[in-house]
Amino acid sequence: MDAKTLIACRVAQEMQDGDIVNLGIGLPTLVPDYLPEGVQITLQSENGFLGMGPLNGETLPNLVNAGGKPCGMVPGTAFFDSALSFCIIRGGHVDVTVLGGLQVDQEGNLANWMVPGKMVPGMGGAMDLVTGAKNVILAMEHATKDGGAKILKRCTLPLTAAKKVSTIVTELAVFRFIDGKLVLTEIAPGVSLDEIRARTEAEFVVSPECSEMRLPRWVVQ
Amino acid sequence: MSQTSKRISYAELRPHLRDGMSILFGGFMGVGTPDGIVNEILDAGITRLTVIGNDTATPETGIGRLIAARRVSKVIASHIGTNPETGRQMIAGEIEVELVPQGTLAERVRCGGSGLGGVLTPTGVGTVVEEGKTKLTFDGVEYLVERPIRADLAILQAHCADEVGNLVYQRAARNFNPIMALAADFVVAEADEIVAPGAIDPDLVMTPGVLVHALILAGAR
Repeated sequence: MDAKTLIACRVAQEMQDGDIVNLGIGLPTLVPDYLPEGVQITLQSENGFLGMGPLNGETLPNLVNAGGKPCGMVPGTAFFDSALSFCIIRGGHVDVTVLGGLQVDQEGNLANWMVPGKMVPGMGGAMDLVTGAKNVILAMEHATKDGGAKILKRCTLPLTAAKKVSTIVTELAVFRFIDGKLVLTEIAPGVSLDEIRARTEAEFVVSPECSEMRLPRWVVQ
Repeated sequence: MSQTSKRISYAELRPHLRDGMSILFGGFMGVGTPDGIVNEILDAGITRLTVIGNDTATPETGIGRLIAARRVSKVIASHIGTNPETGRQMIAGEIEVELVPQGTLAERVRCGGSGLGGVLTPTGVGTVVEEGKTKLTFDGVEYLVERPIRADLAILQAHCADEVGNLVYQRAARNFNPIMALAADFVVAEADEIVAPGAIDPDLVMTPGVLVHALILAGAR
């Protein structure tokens, strides 16, 4: 199993039955494929609806996801305008947002929307989502492609939001922000604490209950 | 209510188009942007435009076509990453880009059309978005004061309109359209279908006709 699939699989275990969830582009969109049995979630799409589903063959006019790509919808879907979409997002009506990150730091600050001089796509809905969702799960590979740390003492890139991240899931570990501290709570199978320390710049506490990463049995075997 | 039809032709829109004007546009990745009106703006040859909406789509779609044709001098949007031409012109210093979080953009335009002096939002606190803005703290929460946006013209895309301008949007094409309808001196909607007053169930009207000055039947020449 590759790193991205492992991360999506672990994030899926965080979902509670009935959660309203907004998924960022890329890796987070894999999460619904790995939901535990009996857990159903409702997907919020920032472009204005609740009830997004997979594309099942037929495409309908004007039914697109937040990437502008055709998608499906489930029975019970509701469409609304962008102001209401962001009332739902900022107003705490979204239980979980899952998004990728360029950097996160030990204060819970997230940077994922621009690299000055290189990539300035805009923040889209990310700042509102990270500010307003009850639970902000950062789903990202532990290090950069060059092996550099992404979990830092202090973000160097422009922030998406300050002190809002709740959980970080990587292919090596799960961290949670508890009482303002970054706490290591789970370690992936076959990974050592030393390896995590070597690849994490941030200072973190190891939870007394730190365990092996919670994954479905079919993944571990 | 006056029962006079608000229907005009594309050609009759021409007197409302001029160099240097500001335009609010509905649409998300081009879905919900009135393509025929964008064609008319291109044909009119007007330039130095300020365009305000969620994103700049692609060089071939939505409002992105005006950018590719170099008609735009300023963009206010939440996301420009899908249109490389916007980024290229920004880096070359040819256009000015103001990036606004998506939920904040919706609220700023809503304020502009609602007689409100601004909105308080936690989105952007602790990020570059707060630079130059007033911050207020209530009940221990910091908010940015975000000021209203208005424009000379709003261009909307509707699925169905009646002759008095009541609008119904389809699925995810609603997005910013109902908000943009509030905040321009002249509001024109391009509709896939125009029906007699009374043919739309009043309970299902999404934008009331009082906000809409003119209607164009999509594709009618």
